[in-house]
Amino acid sequence: MNVINGGYPIDEIRKDFPILSEQVHGKPLVYLDNGASAHKPSTVIEQIKRTYETGYANVHRGVHHLSQIATDAMENARRKTQDLLNAADEKEIIFVRGATEGINLVASSWGRANLKEGDEIILSVLEHHSNIVPWQIVAEQTGAIVKVVPIGDDGTFLMEDYKKLLSDRTKMVAVTHVSNALGTVVPVTDVIRLAHEQGAVVLLDGCQAVPHISVDVQALDVDFYVFSGHKLYGPSGIGILYGKEALLELMPPYQGGGEMIDRVTFEKTTYAELPFKFEAGTPHIAGIIALGSAIDYVTGIGFDAITAHEHDLLEYATERLQSMNTIDILGTAPEKAAILSFNIEDVHPHDVGTILDHSGIAVRTGHHCAQPVMDRFDVAATVRASFGLYNTHDEVDALIEGVRKVQEIFA
Amino acid sequence: MYICQRNTFENLATNKLSRITEMEKRGCIDWPGKADYIRRMSGSADIDATTQEIVDEFSFFDDWMQRYEYIIELGKNLDGLPDHKKDEAHKVPGCQSQVWFYAMQSNGRIRFEADSDAMIVRGLIALLLRVYSDRTPDEIIGTPPEFFEVLELGSHLSGSRANGLHAMVTRIHAYANAFKDGLPDDTVAPEALS
Repeated sequence: MNVINGGYPIDEIRKDFPILSEQVHGKPLVYLDNGASAHKPSTVIEQIKRTYETGYANVHRGVHHLSQIATDAMENARRKTQDLLNAADEKEIIFVRGATEGINLVASSWGRANLKEGDEIILSVLEHHSNIVPWQIVAEQTGAIVKVVPIGDDGTFLMEDYKKLLSDRTKMVAVTHVSNALGTVVPVTDVIRLAHEQGAVVLLDGCQAVPHISVDVQALDVDFYVFSGHKLYGPSGIGILYGKEALLELMPPYQGGGEMIDRVTFEKTTYAELPFKFEAGTPHIAGIIALGSAIDYVTGIGFDAITAHEHDLLEYATERLQSMNTIDILGTAPEKAAILSFNIEDVHPHDVGTILDHSGIAVRTGHHCAQPVMDRFDVAATVRASFGLYNTHDEVDALIEGVRKVQEIFA
Repeated sequence: MYICQRNTFENLATNKLSRITEMEKRGCIDWPGKADYIRRMSGSADIDATTQEIVDEFSFFDDWMQRYEYIIELGKNLDGLPDHKKDEAHKVPGCQSQVWFYAMQSNGRIRFEADSDAMIVRGLIALLLRVYSDRTPDEIIGTPPEFFEVLELGSHLSGSRANGLHAMVTRIHAYANAFKDGLPDDTVAPEALS
């Protein structure tokens, strides 16, 4: 047991992730790039293997034994996802390739059916490009207009500006739950309530929220919610779109193909029921089943414990970085989750990342696919340390030591 | 006059101009490309010798920090480009940091100028220019960047999107091919490469 963390079983948790005992450039791996993608516990890795070894066939098609097993396992994962998000019904959970596809699905299907010239889509400066570009595309196709909520100097979502942008022209509000570049937690309960007062629909990008905090889509009353499996310690290539049943029912299919049909003739095709209407083609079967294992893993630890542990790490890392010279921290909002963006004065983030890499420390450097955030702070890039449930205070110390080394080399 | 095969010559002593003396002693008075070779040898080291020099230099360092300190030193000393030349048209795509490249041919040799906003990348540029700048298109095309692998900079050429090394070498070779194919000497626009 780690004394600093009280009862958090960090040593046991770390043993669950085989990759954490790898060495990088001859040094123990310090993995602080969880915001880009998180590592997988043995249970997830084993599940992928087990599926292919003992329970694999195509789903929802065969009457044979293996097809039934695979179908049951996949639908079981859907129910686990439903529980994770506290969705009202399992058919509100759509399996997609990733959060990006989830947003594109809504922008394309809901957007083209519901947006017309002069309608407004509200985004925020905090958005990942995946929650900007799909809306720009649908705006171009429909004549709708994209409006952007600004952020404060500390990276907070500016609620008063948001209120001013809202009107009866607002049809969609698509914002992030937690900023991937700065870690800002957006006050989504208020965002959703205010949007609904104007009759607008809300989509939340939950990629950086779901791995760190407990999410309840019914309590939020959110209309669409997306996240990616690989950031939640699950496989890559699998993501989740949650949508309220009433909205999904009215939406046209996003892609056509097998699995999403009811009856096909050349005169007229009728579509399958939810969720299959939106799941054309053979899905990432093993990935979906393993995502279920990832959900089991995180809920087994519990979000209260995960959130508290990561909050500790963030506070500790922030405090230590703030005590150093020539460090600029970007994003100091009062409410943040697990992400620490910073720059070392006069050193390019890419150079910082290269030197840290040689110390065995993995961080992300770059614009984090959030160029509007970079523009807001007038920087080209930042160094981003993002924490996961398996990181430790010792790893924060290693990061600080690595930053010192960078300062020394570039002095 | 006794004409030697170029490759016979290349396989002999390695010491630049002294090689020629040795060749002449052996009665090998002339061979294809002798004039060009003498010109090159009288100036900077030839391209293979230069890559070997760099490999030798890096072999003196005991650890990665020294290697990087050296790279950073090279980066600081790189002439680079004036701000007005750091434009979109000359940016090398595929790099995480910003990199700009210019190429100009005169007397059959290509001179490169380049810069980056990241210091380590500037250092890599300094090494690349030392090897590839002021060379003929054939020399450039005939020198793949494998020598970088032995410098132990933690960058694998195949997957070095991160430091843009692959993108920069691709750009250098593209210029060499374009000039060889008759791109006018004073052309510097990268769109001519596509």
